[in-house]
Amino acid sequence: MKSVIAENLVKTYRKGAVRALDDLSLDVEEGTVLGVLGPNGAGKTTVVRVLSTLLVPDSGHATVGGIDVVKNPKAVRQIIGLSGQYAAVDETLTGWDNLVMFGQLYHLSAAQARVRATELLAQFSLTDAARRPIKTFSGGMRRRLDLAASLIIRPKVLFLDEPTSGLDPRGRMEMWGVIEDLVREGVTLLLTTQYLEEADQLADDIVVIDRGRVIARGTSDHLKDQVGGERIEIVVAETNIDKAKEIIEKVTHGHAAVDHGLRRISVPVLDGTQSLIAVIREFDSAGIHALDLALKRPSLDDVFLSLTGHIAEEVLAEQPGKKKRGARK
Amino acid sequence: MNGIKDALVITKRQLLQLTRVPEVLIFNTIQPVMFVLLFRYVFGGLGVGIKGGYVQLLMPGIFVQTVTFTLAATAQGLAQDMEKGLIDRFRSLPIARSALVVGRTLGDGLLNIVVLVVMGLAGYLVGWRPTSGPLHIFLGFLMLLFFGYALSWAGVFAGLMSKDARVVANVSFLFTFPLTFLSNAFASTTSMPKALQYFAEWNPVSTMVAAARQLFGFHNTFGATANSFPSQHPIVASLVYMVVIMAIFIPLSVRRYKSANSR
Repeated sequence: MKSVIAENLVKTYRKGAVRALDDLSLDVEEGTVLGVLGPNGAGKTTVVRVLSTLLVPDSGHATVGGIDVVKNPKAVRQIIGLSGQYAAVDETLTGWDNLVMFGQLYHLSAAQARVRATELLAQFSLTDAARRPIKTFSGGMRRRLDLAASLIIRPKVLFLDEPTSGLDPRGRMEMWGVIEDLVREGVTLLLTTQYLEEADQLADDIVVIDRGRVIARGTSDHLKDQVGGERIEIVVAETNIDKAKEIIEKVTHGHAAVDHGLRRISVPVLDGTQSLIAVIREFDSAGIHALDLALKRPSLDDVFLSLTGHIAEEVLAEQPGKKKRGARK
Repeated sequence: MNGIKDALVITKRQLLQLTRVPEVLIFNTIQPVMFVLLFRYVFGGLGVGIKGGYVQLLMPGIFVQTVTFTLAATAQGLAQDMEKGLIDRFRSLPIARSALVVGRTLGDGLLNIVVLVVMGLAGYLVGWRPTSGPLHIFLGFLMLLFFGYALSWAGVFAGLMSKDARVVANVSFLFTFPLTFLSNAFASTTSMPKALQYFAEWNPVSTMVAAARQLFGFHNTFGATANSFPSQHPIVASLVYMVVIMAIFIPLSVRRYKSANSR
């Protein structure tokens, strides 16, 4: 069963001049994780806002848990959790205060809200900091608390909009651990990210979006296959390049590309490890010493580059009214 | 029913904030008390010939000024929630659309009760003596609270329009500050240029100040001299203003909240 379905969503700003969502469709199978991958300004946040009932699309149709987000937003809000790009919690209050308050806003009784707050603080390793104002929290702790607040009612569908953007590597690793735990418990998750590595790590399925459209969809492996299979990359001494290239092409029956600057020869292969071993044997008998050798699969960076024609990080097209991003933690 | 309960949770949040950052409450009460003392002793000479002295006319003026500034406080509070993305979270919760803004205005109203009590006591210490009797004094304070509450809704709208809490606080102040001074709050309007006199006469701050003076038992000698409706019927005029302000800003704010876009 599909927990989330979005069909032909369109959302424009400035009277159509900016098409934040341009006929975007996607869906999430129940109990799976969909990674929505794209650069800044691709429409990731806009699609999350539409699916979480914060924004009404110009046209198109979307359901969450089978409920129409435009026609029955209140019912949708009963079954979703949302954690945005910034930790949306009250900074002057403590972690405990925040969770109890949000619990009561989810219509738990005061006692239930306190029980749930205690559980969530423990689950996210925040028990020790529970009585401190959020202001004193690290970026990673804020995000975890924000995530905890979105899990109060054990939502059927969870939306995480760039859950690790702006975090340091340690904060990111912690956040990944927390998300992986949730996934193991079987939550249905739609996660946006501009980190290719993150989608690779957390998502079952990935949609790549650019300028409000889905430009590719599949598993991480499937997307990588779209770009091409494996390649052998070998670095040899300058004097050996021509000889090495000859051997490699003979063994793999492929066309090898040579980067003279890096003294690197690379060639696409079908049976990766087999070919690599064969090449090394030939090198050995020819007396060529490989300085470095690797069997490479294309990264999602390569995928993005080949799909969009530009590198993910270099696109800085901002969405309207988001000027101040990056200025804050 | 749930709508009210949700709003009260938001109000409780604001009270909790005051316990976590007590400086806010302290500053909120010190500032008006400081105004009371400054005006009382700097402009005290203005009250020559007024029975009981200048402070009798001054106190209603400062009460109204203080509750007028609620506009800026509400605006800033909401703009902060917008800025931090908190509005998104509230909007994604299964609560009534009105809960956050109603809760916020109630919280600011409660804060005003504390502030008015402290100011009233400070006023008493420097010679303010309302003469009208307990019921009228109570009604006077009640009206002041409602005046602040009505303006709070203008603040809600301003806060939801903004994306920067500091800017909205400054803009609100730029709007409310002249409003409180182009009035009969601190000095007689008859010495103002003619055009300003008309403005001061119809200014809701003036009608509210005149209404409060009347309810506290003083003749408003600082009003404009014309026999206009607001001068003649300050209580009615003030009530009409409050209803009009809320009739304009409540629907505007609720509509704005529905499509509020944090950042």
